[in-house]
Amino acid sequence: MEPIRIAEEIEKKFPCSVLGICEHKGQVSVVVDRSDIVAMCQFLKSGHKMNHLNCLCGVDNLTRKGKYIERFEVIYQLYSIENHISLRLKAQIRDSAHPIIDSITSLWTGADWLERETYDLVGIMFNNHPNLKRILTPEDWQGHPLRKDYVLRGDTEWQGLEELKEKSRKLRRFDFHSAHVKQGAASDDD
Amino acid sequence: MTTEAATLDLPVAQGDEDRYRLRLGPQHPATHGVLRVDLELDGETILDCVPQVGYLHRGFEKLAEHRTYAQNLVLTDRLDYIAAMANNVGYCEAVEKLLAIEVPERAQFLRVMVCEMSRISSHLLWLATHALDIGAMTVFLYCFREREVLLELFAELCGARLTTTYTRLGGVRQDVSHAIMMKLERFVDAFPACIEEYETLIDTNRIWLKRTIGVGRVSAEKAVDLCLTGASLRGSGVDYDIRKHRPYAAYDQMEFEIPLGETGDTYARYRCRMEELRQSNYILKQCIEKLPPGPILGSDAPDLVMPAKPGRKVEVETPARSDLIKLIEDRDVYMEGDVYVATEVPKGELGFYFISDSMGRPYRMHIRSPSFLHIGALASLGRGVMIADLIAIIGTLDVVLGECDR
Repeated sequence: MEPIRIAEEIEKKFPCSVLGICEHKGQVSVVVDRSDIVAMCQFLKSGHKMNHLNCLCGVDNLTRKGKYIERFEVIYQLYSIENHISLRLKAQIRDSAHPIIDSITSLWTGADWLERETYDLVGIMFNNHPNLKRILTPEDWQGHPLRKDYVLRGDTEWQGLEELKEKSRKLRRFDFHSAHVKQGAASDDD
Repeated sequence: MTTEAATLDLPVAQGDEDRYRLRLGPQHPATHGVLRVDLELDGETILDCVPQVGYLHRGFEKLAEHRTYAQNLVLTDRLDYIAAMANNVGYCEAVEKLLAIEVPERAQFLRVMVCEMSRISSHLLWLATHALDIGAMTVFLYCFREREVLLELFAELCGARLTTTYTRLGGVRQDVSHAIMMKLERFVDAFPACIEEYETLIDTNRIWLKRTIGVGRVSAEKAVDLCLTGASLRGSGVDYDIRKHRPYAAYDQMEFEIPLGETGDTYARYRCRMEELRQSNYILKQCIEKLPPGPILGSDAPDLVMPAKPGRKVEVETPARSDLIKLIEDRDVYMEGDVYVATEVPKGELGFYFISDSMGRPYRMHIRSPSFLHIGALASLGRGVMIADLIAIIGTLDVVLGECDR
């Protein structure tokens, strides 16, 4: 079945949550609301054998020039290994202050890390995720780097840096060179 | 993973002397880079396994948003640094789809050629280190002998052994010389005998068989569920290779087979990759025979403005950053939109997802790296096995941390 037919089928099945269908460079995307995302993925996985999750990532549309609906969206790229069809779902997240969406880890175990990465870098929370912690940045990192309002330059530094500097200062106090020289001098006297 | 992950933060129960914790890595030679695995052990059996990544995170996705498409190419060398050629091709294929740039036929053949060369060199490194982890030292030396030939060819082709930056948007950077083709032909003729040589070292080796057969078994459903790709998926018998499913470059004109495993264990994945070496060699042979004449760069390829040569009087200064951006901006084909393009790199499926808002640089670039998902799968594959088998499983998943952490 053509990807565009599948997209229409989704629209028929979930009329309230499909916001639009678009095609760009031969790739079909369905723009959907976040509410039914798990049911939609389940429908594609079991109904259309879209069993391979290519890609899952979050997008911050804050400074995007051009059309977009909500500030945050999550992109799901699905592929059917059997039927050689791919389809993209773009889930829009209405609440930009506290972006949150349901987790699809119940459908793909592999989505676990992809969602953790999305949380870490874009700051989108996932409902029912088993272990939503930072993954690529340190645990005490502040902010989400892939957000467009993430401050790139400024006076403030990462808090852990001071701690690290203090540690290195402490280590520097032990002077390996003079310790060695003193020992050497003592042996010369003997 | 919640409950299991939480247990590693709590102290071990008193009176249970056999249970203990081990942090494997990030400086452990068997973890293939800066991978840390937190283990909870009962004797030598792993009760819980939590991989920790991010030690090599360089923020490529953020960095890419501030550089032009042409400038971002060099970042891809640093993803999977042992198969940089394949990453270059993957990146260019994606950007060309986004910007609708045509690639001439000769460049497409050259891309297939360098892709397969990097696949062979990556698989050789995998076999070398995997065997070394399991205890077969000799294989390492044999594999590096052949890998050296390929790296020397890369150096002759583009001046670098590892960070190649060989492709360009719309083609490739340098044409192959006659000498390179002669050397490659000699390599292709000699290589099948080398594969047999590796196999004589380990195929009938009792230790190798005991350490690989039945270890790290993944069923086909489980492999798809864990989002494994590449030989790690095909070892479980799932027929998914992007070179066949969605052919890019000149792969549709190549004749080759996709080796599939049945049992889904470490041995099956080993066999798959060994067959892939043979198939890659066969593709290289076809590339040499069929390589068509013609230009290596498309006529509508975006121009790279180079600084003037040092000997000449410099009248025009090195172009400012904004000019570089403008060069691409002027193209009328350049438009809004998003694409996801995946290519089959030696490790699995490398995908690039681009959102463009017609500003000359990607608005968002997401890299779907196979190693990231493979290490994610380690948590479930490593549970319940022995420590020594975990090392074999890390080896068989064929991960590289540069690509995982991006």
